[in-house]
Amino acid sequence: MAQDFAWIRPEPHGIHVVPADCWIDPSKPVDHALVTHGHADHARGGHGRTVATPETLAIMKLRYATSDGAVPVAYGETIRLPGKVDATYIPAGHVLGSAQILLEHAGERVIVTGDYKRRPDPTCPPFEVTPCDVFITEATFGLPVFHHPPTEAEIGKLLDRLAVHPERCVLVGAYALGKAQRVIAELRAAGHRQPVYLHGAMEKMCRLYEDFGVDLGELRLVADAGKDDMRGHIVVCPPSALNDRWSRRLPAPVTAMASGWMRVRQRARQRNVELPLVISDHADWNELTRTVEEVDPHETWITHGREEALLRWHQLHQRRARALALVGYEDEDD
Amino acid sequence: MEEFAALIDALVYTRSRNGKLELIAEYLCATPDPDRGWALAALTGGLDFPAVKSSTIRNLMHERVDPMLWTLSRDFVGDTAETASLLWPAGEEPPDPPSVSEAVETLTAMTRASVYSELPKLLDRLDASGRYALLKLATGAMRIGVSTRLAKIAFAQAFDVRVEDVEEYWHGLAPPYAGLFAWAAEDGAPPDTGSLPLFRPFMLAHPLEGAVVELDDYVAEWKWDGIRVQLVRVTSKAGSSETRLYSRSGDDISGTFPEFLDALPLDAVLDGELLVRGVHQGGERGGAASFNALQQRLGRKTVSKKMLAEFPAFIRLYDVLILEGEDLRALPWTERRARLEASMPRLPETRFDLSPVVDAEHFDHLAEIRASARDEAIEGLMLKRRDSPYIAGRKTGLWYKWKRDPLLIDCVLMYAQRGSGKRSSFYSDYTFGCWSDEGELLPVAKAYSGFTDEELRRIDRHVRTHTVNRFGPVRETDRSLVFEVAFDSVHASKRHKSGLAMRFPRIHRVRWEKPAHEADRIETLRALVRD
Repeated sequence: MAQDFAWIRPEPHGIHVVPADCWIDPSKPVDHALVTHGHADHARGGHGRTVATPETLAIMKLRYATSDGAVPVAYGETIRLPGKVDATYIPAGHVLGSAQILLEHAGERVIVTGDYKRRPDPTCPPFEVTPCDVFITEATFGLPVFHHPPTEAEIGKLLDRLAVHPERCVLVGAYALGKAQRVIAELRAAGHRQPVYLHGAMEKMCRLYEDFGVDLGELRLVADAGKDDMRGHIVVCPPSALNDRWSRRLPAPVTAMASGWMRVRQRARQRNVELPLVISDHADWNELTRTVEEVDPHETWITHGREEALLRWHQLHQRRARALALVGYEDEDD
Repeated sequence: MEEFAALIDALVYTRSRNGKLELIAEYLCATPDPDRGWALAALTGGLDFPAVKSSTIRNLMHERVDPMLWTLSRDFVGDTAETASLLWPAGEEPPDPPSVSEAVETLTAMTRASVYSELPKLLDRLDASGRYALLKLATGAMRIGVSTRLAKIAFAQAFDVRVEDVEEYWHGLAPPYAGLFAWAAEDGAPPDTGSLPLFRPFMLAHPLEGAVVELDDYVAEWKWDGIRVQLVRVTSKAGSSETRLYSRSGDDISGTFPEFLDALPLDAVLDGELLVRGVHQGGERGGAASFNALQQRLGRKTVSKKMLAEFPAFIRLYDVLILEGEDLRALPWTERRARLEASMPRLPETRFDLSPVVDAEHFDHLAEIRASARDEAIEGLMLKRRDSPYIAGRKTGLWYKWKRDPLLIDCVLMYAQRGSGKRSSFYSDYTFGCWSDEGELLPVAKAYSGFTDEELRRIDRHVRTHTVNRFGPVRETDRSLVFEVAFDSVHASKRHKSGLAMRFPRIHRVRWEKPAHEADRIETLRALVRD
C-alpha cells in the first residue's frame, strides 16, 4: 500500500509523533507530550510541555500541583506542531476534558482516541465521529460479553435499593475522576435531590467539575457527618475504600460499585460488591465495533485492553487492524 | 424460574453466611412444591442431566458466536454458563420463563440429540439472569459460595427443625425431596431410613493450631493417608443384605471397590481410612502403600482383576456408628472403641484392621513421637476427646487434626493461566519449575491457592507485565518470580518431564525479593521422594 504512516510510531511507552518529536499519553516523562485526558495512566507528570484541553490541564494541576509547560487547546482548535504536524482536539465523551487527538501530516489523518464512550454523559460533550486513515483505539471492554445496559436503569437500581433500606446507606465505589461525578450528575438527572456524601478523596475533583459548570447538587463530606445523618443516603467513595476500615463509620452500608466490570458476576464478587452497577466511561463491545464502522478508517490500531477479540472482529469483517501492545495503561477501576 | 434466578443472583452478591442462610430460607418458605425441592437439589449438586454438559453449551454457542470470540470471552469470564448467558442473542419475544419444575422436566427429557433444539427454546424464554440460573442448574456446577451443608442449615432454619435430622434423612431421599418437605414443612412423619444402606455424615476435626491438650482427656491416633470412607451394611426384613461404600462427601463408591460388597459379615456403619496394601503405612507386614498407589484405584468405573490383585484395598477402622441395629453415636468414644475392638475378630483380616491408639505419657512425648515418625506417608496425628459422641460435622473441642508440617521448596513461576469462579479474569493458576543439572527449568508443580486477594492482584500484574509468550489462555512468563511452595509429599511420576509429582502443592509465600537462579534444584526435590 502507498501509505505506511511511518511518521507515527507506537513505542512501548507511548505513541511517538516523529516529525514533531512529541508523545501521546507517554508513560514516562518526555520533553513534549500531548495528553488525551486526566486519568493518571494517561496524564503523567514531569513533561517539559503538556498540550491538553483546559479541563485536563486543570485536573493535572490538581494532581501534580504545577502547571509548568501547560499549553491549553480548546475542543475543535487546531495547533501547529513542529515538523508540519497539525493536532486537533475533539471530544471523546470519556470524562471532563477528554479528547481524541486528530493528527494531520502530509495529507494523512491519524486519530488517537485515548479512552472514550458513545453514550450520553452529563459531565462532558459527546464523542464526535471524525473520518481518518488510521484510527488508534482503546479496547478496555473489547469482548462481546461487555454490554453496558442503559444508564438510567442502573441508576434506578441504585435508587430502588436506597428506598428498600431507609435505615442503611448505599456506598457507591466509583473512580474518583469521572465516574464519581457522572454517577452524581445522573442521580440529579433522575430527580434525586438529597445531599450526596463524599469520601474526602473525592471532594477536590468534584469542586473542579463544579468550577467547569457541572451541577452536582448538594455535596457533603462524610468526615463532617454523623452516622445517623447518612441513613437513607448515598455515599460515594473511591473503589479502594469500599472494603476499607474507613467504611466502618457508615450506617450499615450496602456496598455498590459503578463499573463496566460489574457485568461479570465474579468480578463483583472479587470486590465483595452486593449491588453491582454496570456504569462505564468506556465504550462497550457494540460501541467499539459501531465506532470503527462509522469512522471507517483505512486501518485500526489497538492500544490497550482486550485487543485479541477486537482484532478478531476486524478479521471477520475484512478490516485491517493491529495491536500495539503498549505498556503502562492499566485496567483502571473504570 | 424468575424467583430462582433472583435467589441465585442474590446469593452471588451476598457476603455474609447469615445473609445467605436467610435468602435460602426465605425462598424455601415462599416457594411451592416441587419447585423448592428442585431448587434445593440444584443448590446441593443433587441434579444430573446427562444430555447437558459444558461442551453442549460450547457447541450451542459456536453456532451463534464466532468460536474464537467465544473462547476469548469464556477465558475472561471464567465460567461457561455465565459467558453463554451474556452472549446468548436476545430474542424478539418478551421473556416467558418456565417454572423450575417445567425446566427440570424439559431438561430431563432431553437426549444428546434433542438438546441442541430443545435447550435453545428454553434459553429464548429467559432473560440473562434466567439463562444463567438455568445453565447453572442444568450443568450442576453452581459455584455461588453455597455449600451443601449451608443449604441444609438453611433448610433447618426455614422450617425450625434440627440440622442433624435433616442430614440423617437427606441421604435416603431423592430430589425434589417430597418426604423431607412433608416432614419439615407440613409436620408429616419423618422419612423412614432404618432399612436403607444410608450414608451418615462424618464427624470431622479442626486443626490443632498450636494448642495443647491433656492426654487424660484426649486419645491420639495416626492420621492415615488414604481416603476417609464409610462402609454400611443393612439387612432388610426380608433377609437380604446390602453393603455400600461412601466417600467423605457421601458419594457412593461401592462400584470402584467391589471387594467390600461381601466383606462385612454383620450389619454396621463403620468409619475408617481406605488404603491399599503396601509397606509404608504401618510397617512391612499388614501395612499400606502410599497415597500414590491408592490413586491407581480411585475414580474408576470398572475395575479389572489385575487391579484388584495388584492394589488390594482394605479399610483401617477408626470408629463405629451403628452396630447390628444399635445406634452408638451418642456414646462416648471410649465405649464405641470398645465395641469396635470387640467386633474385630468377626471381620476378615484381609479387608479390615484397626487404627491403633498411639500411646504417649504426656503431650510433649506425643510431640516427640509425631516428630520422629519415620514413615513419610503418615499425615500426622488425630486427637479425639475420650468422651466425645459421634457428631456430624466439625464441633469445636472434640476432635483435632495435628498435621505434619509441610515440606517447602523454592520454585520459579513458568506459566500462568486465568482462574475460574472467584478468581476469574485474574492469572491465578500457576505452573512452577525447579532447576535441572543442565540449568534448565523443569515444571514440578501446579498450584492455585495459598495467596491473599491482595497478593493475587500483585501476581496478576506481574504476569501481565512479564509475559514472553502466549499459548491460548496460558501465558509464559520471563521466569523471574520465586514462590515458596508447600507440599505434603513428592512422588515419582512419568507424567512430568522432571519425573516428579508433588502432593497438595500450594503457595506458601511469594519471594518477591529472591532472584530466580537461587530457587531450588530438581535434585533437592528428588531427595524427598519416599515411594
